[in-house]
Amino acid sequence: MSNISLKRFIAAFIARNREFLRDRTAVSWNIVMPVLIVMGFAFAFTTDSSDLFKVGLYEGKVQSKPQLQHFLDTDHIQFIEISDLQTAITKVERHQLDMLLDLKRSRYWINQTSSEGYILERMLGNDGGALKKQTVSGDAIRYVDWLAPGVFGMNIMFASLFGVGYSIVRYRKNGVLKRLRATPLTALEFLTAQVVSRLWLILLVTTLVYAGTNYIVGFRMYGSYLDLFLVLVAGTMCLISLGLIIAARMSSEEAANGILNLITIPMMILSGVWFSLEGSSTLAQKFALLLPLTHFNDAARAIMLDGATLVDVSGNLFTLIGMTLVCMAAAAYMFRWE
Amino acid sequence: MPLLLEARDLQKHYGEVKAVNGVSLPIKEGTCFGLLGPNGAGKTTTVEMMEGILTPTSGQVLYRGEPLGTRFKEEAGIMFQSTALQDHITVQEILNLFQNLYVNCRPQAEVIEQCALEDFLNRDSKKLSGGQRQRLLLAISLINDPQVLFLDEPTTGLDPQSRRNFWDLVHTIKTQKKTVILTTHYMEEAYELCDEIAIMDHGQVIASGSPYGLLKEHFSHSVLSLPATEVPKDISSSLNLTMHRFKDKIEIFSDDINSTLQLLMQNQIPLDHLQIRSHTLEDLFLELTGRQLRA
Repeated sequence: MSNISLKRFIAAFIARNREFLRDRTAVSWNIVMPVLIVMGFAFAFTTDSSDLFKVGLYEGKVQSKPQLQHFLDTDHIQFIEISDLQTAITKVERHQLDMLLDLKRSRYWINQTSSEGYILERMLGNDGGALKKQTVSGDAIRYVDWLAPGVFGMNIMFASLFGVGYSIVRYRKNGVLKRLRATPLTALEFLTAQVVSRLWLILLVTTLVYAGTNYIVGFRMYGSYLDLFLVLVAGTMCLISLGLIIAARMSSEEAANGILNLITIPMMILSGVWFSLEGSSTLAQKFALLLPLTHFNDAARAIMLDGATLVDVSGNLFTLIGMTLVCMAAAAYMFRWE
Repeated sequence: MPLLLEARDLQKHYGEVKAVNGVSLPIKEGTCFGLLGPNGAGKTTTVEMMEGILTPTSGQVLYRGEPLGTRFKEEAGIMFQSTALQDHITVQEILNLFQNLYVNCRPQAEVIEQCALEDFLNRDSKKLSGGQRQRLLLAISLINDPQVLFLDEPTTGLDPQSRRNFWDLVHTIKTQKKTVILTTHYMEEAYELCDEIAIMDHGQVIASGSPYGLLKEHFSHSVLSLPATEVPKDISSSLNLTMHRFKDKIEIFSDDINSTLQLLMQNQIPLDHLQIRSHTLEDLFLELTGRQLRA
């Protein structure tokens, strides 16, 4: 590959921007879809009402407290085995757990502002007399607060993978790549233009969508917007570079579509877009760690919901950067104009 | 004239299929070179190897005596047989894009005027007619003021008027001393535009030279054509003429038109629908391969 020419890069970059921004269907879909999902869930779960209680069980066998058996047999209460006490207490603070039982040390936690916690305590009644009450406080995290980073992540995933992967495969199939190859434009210049064009468009669209939905719904945001933006950049770069691998050689739009679905569907299910993987199998949780969207969602949620800093999410951030470098190197090695 | 481009023993194999099998072509600077042959003869594969788009299985392509490289890309203009352009971009924006991909370019206004693009500069390239689209593709290939211009079946699918207009454009380009390499399966087009031709079939060059020279070399006679219904079936042997049936006509090959006409009149064959023509490159292909060119 010869040296990169800024003039040629800018020409290809501008052409790609025009193509996307004038495609009204694509632009509308990128903006409207996440807004509709976030707004839909915001209204669907505004009451926060549920007849299902969630109780965490920390280090205790049911048999160890036979007097609690009556409580533990109650219908419509979901009992969840807990391994990390501090994390579980935080969940009680956020109303993600209605009660936490530590059967080994004979104590329980409820959030003093939680109506569910109050009801559960009354249900525990005399059976819980032997347990020592611990109280915590904290505002509830609405489902929409938890969901929003996942929906933004999902939108970024589709925009990155299809926007880069599918587009380049289409270019190859219909001869656009062949025409560009006949010019002095290098593969490095072409690919960089595609990546940078898609990156800034995704950042722009995501920022607009976040601002718009936040204005109406009012997300919980305890962290730094700069930190969130950096995680957004890292996540987007990682997903775009994954798209580049798909685009490296394929010339069949149908096959590319199939492979992109094969990649996006597991991420949509296992990367915590719609629901947390807590309580799912260890294998599923470990597999989810291989997916870039998991790291983006985890980092974005930690910043928005917990006020985490970049240091706190450095594990996710470095994983995203590492995956980006590996995918970029693989795509550059594999890329063919034909 | 020095060689501008040279293909040396090019081969391109796809598994067992030999799409191009040992093609060597010397292209002189400032000439229009035509690569002719039916669909599937290997013309496009050959020309794409010469353009640097396809890598040969074996053989070599030299531009000004050196393997194809950056200089060739800067100095070559290519109009592919089928090219898609990026969506939602106007003609003017496409010209801007390609102009910025080259170091040296012609003034854009010159190219726009030469290819008559003024009337649809702001139109989406997807909304152009066939002729307009071909002119735009030609303009793209001319934007870098190329020393060598590749035109791969440039008039396929165009109506006769658009084809004539396109030929006029190529004539103008030839007057600028550009080297043009043209592939076509229209023999008339090759005869009209090319200084030299090579005829390909089954991945090989089966004849090459100037169109006039090739016809002179292979044919010394003219062709007289009459409706088959007006010529008795057994007349061929009695008149001692070389003739064959072509569709609904009888074609008679004659070295002496006057004596042939007298012979026909003596045998009371009506000459009301007589047509006399010279041999064409189409006839040459038939002579060389025994097949119709567009079969």
